[in-house]
Amino acid sequence: MAVGALALTLAACGSDPAAPGAESTGGSQEGGSTLSGELSGGGASSQESAQEAWRAGFQTANPDVTVNYDPVGSGGGRTGFTDGSYAFAGSDAALDEDEMTAAEAQCGTGGVIEFPGYVSPIAVAFNLEGVDALNLKPEVIAGIFSGEITTWNDDAIAADNPDAELPDAPITVVHRSDDSGTTENFQAYLHEAAPDAWDHEPEGVWPIEGQESAQGTSGVVSAAQSGEGTITYADASQISDLGTVAVGVGDEFVPFSAEAAAEVVAQSPRAEGTADGVYSIELKRDVAGTYPVVLVSYLLACGTYADQAQADLVKGYMSYLVSEDGQQVAADAAGSAPLSADIRDAVLPSIEAITAG
Amino acid sequence: MTTTVSPPPERAPGRPRRRRRTTDRGLNRAFRWVAVGAGVLILAVLAAVAVFLLQQAWPALTAGSDELAASVPRYPDDTSLLEYVGPLVFGTLLAAALALALATPVAMGIALFISHYAPRRLAQVLGYLVDLLAAVPSVIYGLWGIFVLGPAALPVWEWLGSWLGWFPLFAGPVSPTSRVLATVAVVLAVMILPIITAVAREVFLQTPKLHEEAALALGATRWEMVRTAVLPFGRSGVISAAMLGLGRALGETMAVLMILSPGFLYSFKILDSAQQQTIAAYIALDFPEASGLAVNTLIATGLVLFVITLAVNMGARAIVARRKEFSGAN
Repeated sequence: MAVGALALTLAACGSDPAAPGAESTGGSQEGGSTLSGELSGGGASSQESAQEAWRAGFQTANPDVTVNYDPVGSGGGRTGFTDGSYAFAGSDAALDEDEMTAAEAQCGTGGVIEFPGYVSPIAVAFNLEGVDALNLKPEVIAGIFSGEITTWNDDAIAADNPDAELPDAPITVVHRSDDSGTTENFQAYLHEAAPDAWDHEPEGVWPIEGQESAQGTSGVVSAAQSGEGTITYADASQISDLGTVAVGVGDEFVPFSAEAAAEVVAQSPRAEGTADGVYSIELKRDVAGTYPVVLVSYLLACGTYADQAQADLVKGYMSYLVSEDGQQVAADAAGSAPLSADIRDAVLPSIEAITAG
Repeated sequence: MTTTVSPPPERAPGRPRRRRRTTDRGLNRAFRWVAVGAGVLILAVLAAVAVFLLQQAWPALTAGSDELAASVPRYPDDTSLLEYVGPLVFGTLLAAALALALATPVAMGIALFISHYAPRRLAQVLGYLVDLLAAVPSVIYGLWGIFVLGPAALPVWEWLGSWLGWFPLFAGPVSPTSRVLATVAVVLAVMILPIITAVAREVFLQTPKLHEEAALALGATRWEMVRTAVLPFGRSGVISAAMLGLGRALGETMAVLMILSPGFLYSFKILDSAQQQTIAAYIALDFPEASGLAVNTLIATGLVLFVITLAVNMGARAIVARRKEFSGAN
């Protein structure tokens, strides 16, 4: 049954880009009836532009549906989801054990559905006269951002960049001043790829005081652009003309791209010991050819809803946004990395099984 | 004063009653109630804000420092709420004071030029332009600060840092991105310039003509006339104008949020980044991702800002009231 629905969805996507798979997904269950009603969710602001694109696509296919996504932040999204005020939520981190217990209590018999619906590469970007690209190992990146490496012509940087003309200028680190999922995911990368050089526990607030900072992605990018010798981290689609770092993975250096970022998620194993509907990944930061600095943002939904209309809406919306079409729409709008077919196949059965009850 | 108090008691009971009987009907009565209602409404709003702040801040005020450190992202361990708010209060006051110090002399200059030096037509145009400045939204000032003023001011800040670095305010190192309190202070100064100018101009224009002409008749130059007649008359007006400006500078959020690279120190270094932060910008920065006790803590800092603003305004009133009798306004 689930396989049949999947085939239907994909077939619908392939045939007509203007009418995404969502409608036919709703239809496959209800025998041709269209969806209607209002669907409310909220959470991570990193997903905002992707959610906008999904919403536009889904509402075009289902004119009677209104989807709301409130970008209140990951914490607010998780709280709203576990107390039932959001039918679905976005979060830059997977639910921890306590939150999962609360969410399961809220969702009831169907359990919780959780999957990495939005994956976006984080670029390490810098502003240095005459240098467009640098090769940096994880330890060196961690050293720069923790303030251990203070000048651009430091031996640790020069060793991997024999051709670059590195000036004897101080490095100015610019980080996010607000609480952000980008910061949390970037720190998670540093913490896992260079545990000796970065011993701070990853969280949304930058742990080091006394460094330059700015609000939001556009803030750090414009701060980096306005100062010479700056380095920052930001969503890769937003870095405009800043130079970028090719990140050391094993023995090679990989520049960022949506494909390489999608690949690291595809190559990472699924976390074990979770419920059927929960697909959280344990990122492997050292797979050759992949770009390991990524923001992985999860989508949360319930397996059962009290109301049939709500269940159909969530099912339709979720299957649209994991569909090839939906992922491409997000990639176009937000520069995200589309989900691999394997993850889609693993996630779709539990989405298709969303029911009322 | 005393002579005017004694006669009314005889008339006082009769006069209001007669007025009420003859005129306080229909539209008059309606208008009176509208006016009273408006007056009461403003008090009610103020009280409602105060109650809201107290109510929402209460959990943070009563929580222990361990509890706060666990649930508020930027809360350092083993600090009381006061120690935590302290640097924010310091940053807020420093930014506002610097802005005021920059804006007040310029505003007085503009106001004097408009009221006493400029030809009438030019004065009118200038007056409009200054009022127009007040209508620019603060987010525009923020963008202007980031993209225009910041890069333009950087050489100035570097010069100040290298030549006047011995002075605590200009101690280095100078930030290469210009996202520092000095830039914020200049932007705030520009923002509060119109309101100070507008009030000061009105006050200077009200200088009695006789005073001015007397000064000129005694052989004073134009500058001496301004110094002896106009400035003493306008002093209390200028002070209350400055306090109005200070009120805006204290609460300004967007421009500070966009420009400043914040820090939480008691630091006078206005050319270095990550030194100070203002309360309003701090709340705007952290509120979007805050939940639970963190929200209460942010509102508690808002309560502190509310109290500071009230205190500043009351202080200004006290100064104005004390100086009133010397100003010649009565």
